[in-house]
Amino acid sequence: MREINVNEITEAVSSMCIEVNHVLSEDMKCALDNAFNKEESELGKQILDQLKENLVIAKEEMIPICQDTGMAVIFMEIGQEVHFTGGSLEDAINEGVRKGYVEGYLRKSVVDDPIIRNNTKDNTPAVIHYSVVPGENVKITISPKGFGSENMSRVFMLKPADGIEGVKNAILTAVKDAGPNACPPMVIGVGIGGTFEKCALMAKHALTRKAGVHSDIPYVKELEEEMLDKINALGIGPAGLGGSVTAMAVNVETYPTHIAGLPVGINICCHVNRHIERVI
Amino acid sequence: MTKNITVPMDEQTKLDLTAGDYVYLTGTIYTARDAAHKRMQESLDKGEALPIDIVNQIIYYMGPSPAREGKVIGSAGPTTAGRMDRYTPRLLDLGLGAMIGKGKRTQDVKDAIVRNKSVYFAAVGGAGALLSKSIIKSEVVAYDDLGTEAIRKLEVKDFPVIVVADSKGNYLYK
Repeated sequence: MREINVNEITEAVSSMCIEVNHVLSEDMKCALDNAFNKEESELGKQILDQLKENLVIAKEEMIPICQDTGMAVIFMEIGQEVHFTGGSLEDAINEGVRKGYVEGYLRKSVVDDPIIRNNTKDNTPAVIHYSVVPGENVKITISPKGFGSENMSRVFMLKPADGIEGVKNAILTAVKDAGPNACPPMVIGVGIGGTFEKCALMAKHALTRKAGVHSDIPYVKELEEEMLDKINALGIGPAGLGGSVTAMAVNVETYPTHIAGLPVGINICCHVNRHIERVI
Repeated sequence: MTKNITVPMDEQTKLDLTAGDYVYLTGTIYTARDAAHKRMQESLDKGEALPIDIVNQIIYYMGPSPAREGKVIGSAGPTTAGRMDRYTPRLLDLGLGAMIGKGKRTQDVKDAIVRNKSVYFAAVGGAGALLSKSIIKSEVVAYDDLGTEAIRKLEVKDFPVIVVADSKGNYLYK
């Protein structure tokens, strides 16, 4: 058994929230460079150039990449040999978010109730997903999610007879509807299978995969590549103003499902697909 | 066409703007997003005056991140305009001059833009650090309690936008 004091979790979450909102990960920077090289529209290229410049300013001057520093979505993979000490783990995670968002000059975008809507003024609570895995480490993944793109995300409860073509249509429908609202070039997270909530969670988790890395399952890898081409053929382009790059990656996760169902979750992310991992 | 414009604009300047024009704005604009729009709507419903005179002014749909010490503002890019669509035709009919945001508008908004000879600009979403460099002054002028959603008066210099919907009914998004 390994003991971890929850203060260590608070400190990690706090610094990760600040870093992820100012410095885009290497995989996403590469994806943006590739987008710039591939883009055929002159205006599209100009916009992608601004996005690249934006990343430089954000990092050098410590100004958040986007003013929507998101609702903090946190995946906690906890080794089953770990024993947390020093207080509640969930409180410690939220304290890390509070500290990171207040001390890091990040925007407070969370309201306490979906209808009453008073700002909590510290961006808490986070949305936390726990899983227990073998071992004695804790892996923390944080992906602050902006809502311009979150609002364009969808769940489709397809029929088994709809098959892979139904899945492809669902993805294209969601991306077309998102259009300029989701700040293209986008990253598309897709979850196929499971249940209503499982497909949405897989879609969210798929966004944390490095851009350019494909699924190990051959047909899923093919689907990712085919959908990226089909989405880019839509012509939505950077900022939705037309062009050959509408998405930079399509990441798909799958899970067994029920004999009667084919759930498909599509989580759309803007070009600022922030994700950061740390193992404790 | 690339243009440099002083804001607020006169009517002829607005009439001359065409969807697709790349425009640098210099002058005064105001911010307001979801919560501020809801409050303005409630004030109008009660017959009360709005906290700012919107006539001929530009509203930028934006809620910034906090400014670091010595900085004017934090990250300051546009939010999705469509969420304001429910409130927009009424504000345009009351004289609102123009809007800056990102993303699609409803037909009702597009009709109100033509009817009032207004214009809807898009700024590049997700470029908030870069756009903040074009904001030289920021002051909360109403709804301070709303935090990032307060109404701010901004002085901008060469703030880059693209005309998406013009007064002649042209619309840039497909």
